[in-house]
Amino acid sequence: MSLPAAFFYLFSALMLVSALMVIFARNPVHSVLFLILAFVNASGLFVLLGAEFLAMILVVVYVGAVAVLFLFVVMMLDVDFAELKQGFMHNLPLGLLIGAVAIVELVLAVGGWTDAGVTPMRNMPIEAMTNTEALGLVLYTKYFYLFQAAGLVLLTAMIGAIVLTLQHRPGVKRQSIEAQNARTPAGAVELRKAPSRAGV
Amino acid sequence: MTPIAFAFAHSLPEILLAAGALVLLMLGVFRGGDGRDWIISELAIALLGAAFLLLFFEIKGSAVVWDGAFIDDPFGRFMKGLVLIGAIVSLILSLDFMRREGIDLFEFPVLVVIAALGMLMLVSAQNLIALYLGLELMSLALYVMAAFHRGNVRASEAGLKYFALGALSSGMLLYGASLLYGFTGTVSFAGIAQAFQAKPSLGLVFGIVFMLAGLSFKMSVVPFHMWTPDVYEGAPTPVTAFFASAAKMAAVAITVRLVMTAFPGAAPQWRQIVVFTAILSMAIGAFAAIGQTNIKRLMAYSSIGHMGFALVGLASGTETGVQGVMIYMAIYLVMTLGTFAAILSMRITGTYVENIGDLAGLARTNGPMAFFLGAMMLSLAGIPPLAGFFAKWYVFNAAIQAGLYPLAVIGVLASAVACFYYLRIVKIMYFDEAAPKFETASPAVTAVLAVSSLLTVFFALWPGPLVSAAGAAAKSLF
Repeated sequence: MSLPAAFFYLFSALMLVSALMVIFARNPVHSVLFLILAFVNASGLFVLLGAEFLAMILVVVYVGAVAVLFLFVVMMLDVDFAELKQGFMHNLPLGLLIGAVAIVELVLAVGGWTDAGVTPMRNMPIEAMTNTEALGLVLYTKYFYLFQAAGLVLLTAMIGAIVLTLQHRPGVKRQSIEAQNARTPAGAVELRKAPSRAGV
Repeated sequence: MTPIAFAFAHSLPEILLAAGALVLLMLGVFRGGDGRDWIISELAIALLGAAFLLLFFEIKGSAVVWDGAFIDDPFGRFMKGLVLIGAIVSLILSLDFMRREGIDLFEFPVLVVIAALGMLMLVSAQNLIALYLGLELMSLALYVMAAFHRGNVRASEAGLKYFALGALSSGMLLYGASLLYGFTGTVSFAGIAQAFQAKPSLGLVFGIVFMLAGLSFKMSVVPFHMWTPDVYEGAPTPVTAFFASAAKMAAVAITVRLVMTAFPGAAPQWRQIVVFTAILSMAIGAFAAIGQTNIKRLMAYSSIGHMGFALVGLASGTETGVQGVMIYMAIYLVMTLGTFAAILSMRITGTYVENIGDLAGLARTNGPMAFFLGAMMLSLAGIPPLAGFFAKWYVFNAAIQAGLYPLAVIGVLASAVACFYYLRIVKIMYFDEAAPKFETASPAVTAVLAVSSLLTVFFALWPGPLVSAAGAAAKSLF
């Protein structure tokens, strides 16, 4: 077995095991940590495919941002997972049925796979540049419209989060940057001569 | 013309809305203060109106721009016109309501503009990525709007429900899109259509099923309709009007475009699905609405039923069928906006009421409103010579021409059942003991009610422009 194949099996096996552990771990924090392990292994698979940019993005975005956010949410919300799992056995037959249908569909769909005879897009000298360069070349030109649309989607999500959660409560102490910048040593520091055995 | 100028010329309304939404957002934020609406709503109405006018000034004919992601054609322009009318009227309806409920924040019109932009992009999508991005842009704004009255438990519940189920449906749509891409090797509708020339493989059929399931959710078609009554009831009424008008137009438009331009080679496969969902929607829409006491819930079931009728036209898969769908959507838009204007006129001692019982004896306390709402109900029921009758006539006619007799018969039976609850409202308004009188509604709301009611009453006299515009637009899909 060649080295890349060995690593492929290592990453895939670890990813499958950690994905299962995400579901089966009793402690939700452990679930999130296993999720991170699954992401890291997936990025290993990307490296094996030669897609180093996607691998790094996966680590930066999913591990660095999304999973850490999950971790915060899990730790701060204090969800009672024991209570959530109460209906688990009750709903298990239905879940198994849907899962079975989904698996049958997947098998049928994969079994029906035929090569449509479409050649992948190779209209640029891929060998001459890195993945990052190649992505950058099409992202802001060929996919300009879609890139802008994705930006608007993110903006909308931001507006939504602010509208639904921001509250201007009166009587809350806030940082006032102008007041901070306007402070001078003259107004902020006071020199006192403290007499001995008398204090200020 | 350089390619970029050409692309800009063909997507002017979208670019105007995108830039305008950002400007409005900046205006609201930098104005500071309490974050109230100020004049942002009025500016947003003007912006949407300008985009509507631009639809008529664009270069004629069809063009695919932005590297195959965006198509500008008569079909798209027709449906975009409907979307923008829905957005403008919903904003007009919201002016008074939001102020009275104390939720007149400047973000609301901005979200309406962004949602409208998402709808326009959705209507014009020419590949799967553009479809998904347009859909998400629209949906994200709609989720927030549903929960906009965040102090209200029902509105928060509506927003959360809509968000959770909407995310699930997006997942299904993406799964379908990935199957289509995996089995054809392309995301463009034209490329997918080419791959369907041969006998569609099982994977492609699964792709169609999941795509249509995801879109059915947005159209609120049975069996993906469960969210509709709760969200319609819980969301602020102008938002419900927006959901029932503009959002439906966009969802139906992209379904028609996807089915007609990407899956023409798989007509037997998608027709089964569309016929099945159409029959179920008409039946559930007719029977489940009978027991409702809340008029917004009633309108939710009514909209489910009407989507079923519109899908009858799509099921025929012909040019006449698409024309029928477009006429149906245009008339449904007018009827639904008028009905929501009437619902927004139901206010007793400063609070908005939503029970059908509150309409009792309206003919004696407010004759004109009873007449307008009555005309709207009869039109929704499909009684000639009102506009709703012609809407149904065009789609059933298309179904019969395509040989779908059972579908047309079921449709007629369902609309006969649905007559019951529309007529019940007319009966309550005209023959029941008078309930407390409503306060005078704002002039804008009354104007919307009157105009849409008169349009439905007098449509029969001059149907030519709408029918011929829909015909010309439908032709561009074939």
